[in-house]
Amino acid sequence: MTPSQTVGPFYHFGLTKNLALGCLTTPDLQGERIRVRFRLLDGDGKPVPDGMIELWQADAAGDYHHETFCGFGRLATDGQGSCTFETIRPGRTADGRGGRQAAHINVSVFARGLLNRLCTRVYFEGDPALAEDPVLALVPQDRRHTLLANNTEDCWKFDIRLQGEGETVFFDI
Amino acid sequence: MKIYPRPKPSEQPALLHPAYVSTVRRAPEISPILLPHTMSELTGPLYGHNPIGETDNDLTRQHAGEPIGERIVVAGRVLDEDGRPVPRTLLEIWQANASGRYFHDRDNHPAPLDPNFTGAGRVITEDDGSYRFVTIKPGAYPWRNHANAWRPAHIHFSVFGPCFITRLVTQMYFPNDPLMPFDPISQSVPDERARERMVSRFDPDLTEPEWALGYRFDIVLRGREATPFEEQG
Repeated sequence: MTPSQTVGPFYHFGLTKNLALGCLTTPDLQGERIRVRFRLLDGDGKPVPDGMIELWQADAAGDYHHETFCGFGRLATDGQGSCTFETIRPGRTADGRGGRQAAHINVSVFARGLLNRLCTRVYFEGDPALAEDPVLALVPQDRRHTLLANNTEDCWKFDIRLQGEGETVFFDI
Repeated sequence: MKIYPRPKPSEQPALLHPAYVSTVRRAPEISPILLPHTMSELTGPLYGHNPIGETDNDLTRQHAGEPIGERIVVAGRVLDEDGRPVPRTLLEIWQANASGRYFHDRDNHPAPLDPNFTGAGRVITEDDGSYRFVTIKPGAYPWRNHANAWRPAHIHFSVFGPCFITRLVTQMYFPNDPLMPFDPISQSVPDERARERMVSRFDPDLTEPEWALGYRFDIVLRGREATPFEEQG
């Protein structure tokens, strides 16, 4: 395998010029419209202003369908370490064992200082399916909250803490 | 059926590599949780296929004039761990210009920008996994990681591959670069042979007479074919 290297601080003109990648919805797309606001924080709790967030998610039925839904998003973080995606709430995807996973968005995190991307998942606070999700079941109870987006008036908020207190759960995929 | 064994730790950089100072407050401290692969990991985006422009893979033809610097061809194949081609996948590159300056607001290295060079390109791999860019050899540039720190000349590569697992961002280096042993980013990969996979090699067959030197850079993504036994299993 070719080793990973950091995206560095100067990727913007190569990777995130296309701001349309912040909007995953199209007019005919079925599903509940949501906004997800990310905030990327370092070990000192300071915003990471040169990070990049990528999303990969299922459609409202829980299927990964290229024909009807791209399912891919990508934005750079701003001076506050934030970026906001317009998307739909994904449906429940098969878990490969006859059941279904709770609704989630797959996330890749890139930044200067990250020699490899980090992978995490956004789940939705208050979702009754959380209790039966086989991936969350692998996460120690006291850390599961780091994978839950919080519902606020205008968006779902998801903080990614790279290090220190409340460090976000990352997955070895 | 494809399987995705985990890479050997010695062949990938550790997230915490204190010689690269930015890792110190950004690398997670808790080990990641091993995730069994589901449809979420075994599928992936098909992104960037429609809007590939005519000059997207020729970084020397994106402006009115020709950029300054040494014209080069960078070509190779995207493969899986069995050496099978990864067709129809998006490769994106970005790089500094010949004087080591990025087309970026926050790059304040006092080297000239080139009005005829942006330094970003994209291409979709062919059915045999091959790709080809024409560009300018990037310059080395200083950075503030430690006293008198210089990055070896490199081109950033971003590639998707067939699924979420195969996503890779890396950097391509040039052969015999004297800066490489001093560079904490490339040296963050512990295994020497793995490090060499990030180094392109000069290729006379890619070199175009009277025009441009050729460098070959193959990219190997995660993934193997399952053996027939496993498939029947």
